[in-house]
Amino acid sequence: MTSPIDRRIYEHPIITFHRGRKIKFVFEGREVEAYEGESVAVALYAIGIDVFSWSRKLNRPRGPFCMIGKCSSCFMIVNNIPNTRTCILPVQEGLVVERQKGLATPPSKPLEEEVEEVELNPDVLIVGGGPSGLEAASILASNGLEVVVVDEHFKPGGQLLKQTHKFFGNVELFGGQRGFQIAELYIKKLAEYSNIKLLTQTSVYGVFRGGIVAAAGRNKHYIIKPRAVIAATGAQERLIEFPNNDLPGVMGAGGAQTIMNEFGVKPGEKALVVGSGNVGLIVAYQLVQAGVEVKAIVEIMKEIGGWFVHAAKVRRLGIPILTSHTIKYVEGNGRVEKAVVVEVDDKFNPISGTEREFNVDLVLLAVGLEPDTRFHAQAGAVMKYVPELGGLVPIRTRDLETTVSNLYVAGDSSGVEEATTAILEGRIAAYSIISKFTSGSRAQQALEEMEKTLKFLWEEYRSSPLLSRARRGKESVTVSREELLELRSKYPPPVSFG
Amino acid sequence: MDREKVTIICRCNDVTLEDILKAIESGIDDFELLRKKLKIGFGPCQGRGCLVIAARLFARKTGRNLGEIISNYTFRPPLVPIPVKYFTRGGEK
Repeated sequence: MTSPIDRRIYEHPIITFHRGRKIKFVFEGREVEAYEGESVAVALYAIGIDVFSWSRKLNRPRGPFCMIGKCSSCFMIVNNIPNTRTCILPVQEGLVVERQKGLATPPSKPLEEEVEEVELNPDVLIVGGGPSGLEAASILASNGLEVVVVDEHFKPGGQLLKQTHKFFGNVELFGGQRGFQIAELYIKKLAEYSNIKLLTQTSVYGVFRGGIVAAAGRNKHYIIKPRAVIAATGAQERLIEFPNNDLPGVMGAGGAQTIMNEFGVKPGEKALVVGSGNVGLIVAYQLVQAGVEVKAIVEIMKEIGGWFVHAAKVRRLGIPILTSHTIKYVEGNGRVEKAVVVEVDDKFNPISGTEREFNVDLVLLAVGLEPDTRFHAQAGAVMKYVPELGGLVPIRTRDLETTVSNLYVAGDSSGVEEATTAILEGRIAAYSIISKFTSGSRAQQALEEMEKTLKFLWEEYRSSPLLSRARRGKESVTVSREELLELRSKYPPPVSFG
Repeated sequence: MDREKVTIICRCNDVTLEDILKAIESGIDDFELLRKKLKIGFGPCQGRGCLVIAARLFARKTGRNLGEIISNYTFRPPLVPIPVKYFTRGGEK
């Protein structure tokens, strides 16, 4: 049976979506079509499935939210297994998919799949195949080290996959290229090295005594004992509280970017964007490119949060940016149908009588990102809550080693910035490790490259006034080698690497 | 519309703003106790959505320091949902 609804985008001003061959799978008793390379969640959304599950206690409908495996909104029963994250599961011929209504029951029949145990002893384990992790992997591998990269998605690239704007800066830092093109370049580059093992669709789930990191995916269970770890685990999108904030149609801005920019599916018809930071401004622009009408951007602060260049672009499209406004509530039957915004006073209290209604089916939350530092915290790294960086991040030296020996942090998980800094941090961590694990001229050269990158990052790139907030945040968690050793002995971590 | 009843803080376990405000009003003055009473962050996403909002609400209502509340949090394995099949082959080797 073919569905009458098709939300796929066939014409887009800057992206050509190369869809794979047609795949058929079963959704709640009917056969549905998808394209190879799509996730199950996206394939269902594309044919008009707005509700992915009904919540376990209150039976509330839930739809797509983060779309990168961080939240629990897309859990479905796949081939009899409940709580499957369908946003990071690729469609396959013959899958049987059902939605969960309330708390799922355990599988009714025993599993037949064999799980293979695999032991790996790489020089460096990289957790997260985004810009930071991929940059680090290519440098480490080109210096002869054995590298394992683990990523939950079935395609590496992290959030580069959904970035469609052109990067600023020089050619060496991919200036002029779009995020998804940079991801392709990395994928090609990594394939040249036989000393990189790339494990996609695999999740690192814990750090254990003796410096063992465990991961699971594609019917393999990995026990990894690396000499060093770069945990480049990225960030997740923030939620905010307002009535019906879980209604399908309320999504993270990044979630919508995944749907429309990575997979070429229209996330809605009419949208309201909450938050005018760079993500909010860029997503508004991209929504228009995808054929979505953007009614307004609301911003609780008095001023627009993002860069002038992005705000100007949005203004040229005629999208109003309502500063000193916030979202009051959304309503709808199974999906957002209406959003109400309200003006706020100097103390951010709503001013009654200033409510405005928007008839929208999509409300995107672009209210900031929070570093995903669970891995670092679990390993015992000394952490600090830094509002400028979006949340809890590990204390580190300037070359990005945490208080856990040979555990490095890089990219958004070291404090939310953007892809270029993520690349630079991945590079710094990689050269720091090479300088320790090799000797002679190679080690010397790595140190020089590291210093060069550090100098560029701190003295040029982060000297821009636009980045001063993040810079302040990063300065507040960067300590000297002596201070790090002091912290290490004061709060001895349960594990170490190397 | 009862605003607080339909404002969801923890999506996994359906914890509402009302649940949290009531619990704080009832005298819960420790964030860990609040978490354990309401199961905030005990769901499969392991608090990725709710933890910071819940902590911020708690800090605002009780006057506690948000940084201290968050920094004391413990993250146990598994970090993400893992199918049971990966753990069912014990005793061999």
